[in-house]
Amino acid sequence: MCGIVGLFLKDKALEPKLGEMLTAMLITMTDRGPDSAGIAIYGGERAGRTKIVVQSDTPDLAFAGLDAKIGEVVGGRVTMSVKSTHAILDLPTGTTAKVRAALAGFEGAIRLMSRGDSLEIYKEVGLPRDVAARFDLAQMSGTHGIGHTRMATESAVTTMGAHPFNTGDDQCLVHNGSLSNHNSLRRKLRRDGIHIETENDTEVAAAYLTWQMQNGLTLGDALERSLDDLDGFFTFVVGTKDGFGVVRDPIACKPAVMAETDQFVAFGSEYRALVDLPGIENAHVWEPEPATVYFWSHSQAPTRTEKAA
Amino acid sequence: MQTVDLQETGLRALNKMLHAQSETTNQTAWEILNPKGAHAIACGLNAPIEVTVKGSTGYYCAGMNQHATVNIHGSAGPGTAENMMSGTVVIEGDASQYAGATGHGGLLVIKGNASSRCGISMKGIDIVVHGNIGHMSAFMAQSGNLVVCGDAGDALGDSCYEARLFVRGTVKSLGADCERKEMRPEHLEILQDLLTRAGSDAKPEEFTRYGSARNLYTFDVDNAAAY
Repeated sequence: MCGIVGLFLKDKALEPKLGEMLTAMLITMTDRGPDSAGIAIYGGERAGRTKIVVQSDTPDLAFAGLDAKIGEVVGGRVTMSVKSTHAILDLPTGTTAKVRAALAGFEGAIRLMSRGDSLEIYKEVGLPRDVAARFDLAQMSGTHGIGHTRMATESAVTTMGAHPFNTGDDQCLVHNGSLSNHNSLRRKLRRDGIHIETENDTEVAAAYLTWQMQNGLTLGDALERSLDDLDGFFTFVVGTKDGFGVVRDPIACKPAVMAETDQFVAFGSEYRALVDLPGIENAHVWEPEPATVYFWSHSQAPTRTEKAA
Repeated sequence: MQTVDLQETGLRALNKMLHAQSETTNQTAWEILNPKGAHAIACGLNAPIEVTVKGSTGYYCAGMNQHATVNIHGSAGPGTAENMMSGTVVIEGDASQYAGATGHGGLLVIKGNASSRCGISMKGIDIVVHGNIGHMSAFMAQSGNLVVCGDAGDALGDSCYEARLFVRGTVKSLGADCERKEMRPEHLEILQDLLTRAGSDAKPEEFTRYGSARNLYTFDVDNAAAY
């Protein structure tokens, strides 16, 4: 199984409550994925600054003085805020690659969760309720976000096997389903120099999208191409700086329900995840069509019809 | 009228109450409030009662139904009325995938659209969809009638046996061994009866019948290399 939730706000007045609404949706999907949980939340973009979120199993060791060490690497002001096993580092724009390279040399096995101007990813092993509490997700504000509850089938229950997966700057992927050609595809992508850390199938899908975009495709085109190149079951939700996208495999046995009102567009693996959203009684509720790429974006007027990114 | 708030009563207590109703019960009308997409509401009923769910339901609502009438005043999740034996299930909104799957009898009415795999492996149930249906509907359908007042998606009736499929609109593609069939007077009669019972004013003459080409029924030595 696995559960996916997503919320894209049209009404700015709801932004302070994004974390609260997404957390409630995530917890409702516990039955579909009690192994681990994660959330990608977009917001807080500032001119001239970017951010990364890093994780360590030994945060006391890893995060002690980390902001100062990274400040030396980038030669500029770096601020850090620690939340449980994660730390958010606020950096000068354009320094992410340099910081990423330097992280490997630091103590505490620091791993990159996300990079981007507005994206922050938090994920850990455990019940969705506990993971959400650990990072105080309910207090977070933002413009849009996606969440995932995992029932592991293809690889071990670990932090790095949890979703969302970061696919590029301000981009991420969550997946419900299982891929059957992930081993051969992983070998092919590694040969092409793409870094893949785990034996997880979704990480391969994320790396596949990264690879296609490095080769010049847009996210929308990369998702279209995934319908040909990925074998298996999938409902994907992808987060972007401006919004989110949805695509289901042609068989579409993994569930997906969407709801739209004047205030929001919401995604849930089940309608249950959407029932407490404001005005859901009068929302337009439907299932996304199989093998069709959908996007909702803040930069263009949201529509109910498909469109390429 | 018995009114039950699902959020207060809980699913097991509700289904237990409904299961306790006998053929001769006086409590024939039930209303369920606040379903909130919960799974397995009014599953396994076995008495001539009428249950109205005020809102949308999750997986397997009215599954295995016998004798009861279940009305869903909202949309329904996957597997609604799965393996229904008899009775009637009416969904006012849309139905998710595999509605009426493996159903042996009774009538399932979907007033909105049905998603993929509607009536998959149906074994005698009658299904009337006022809107459209998704791909792989009536896959391996064995008997019964599937009536679609709108359009059908890809691979309609793939590997079907003796179920009758009636579609008023377009069919995106037919599945393996499914073909267009002649509409004879007895089919128009069956169709008129189902449309009337399902509250549709569509005309039987507007429909096309599809069914099995019966080429997959028996082993064909020319196909030996394919196995």
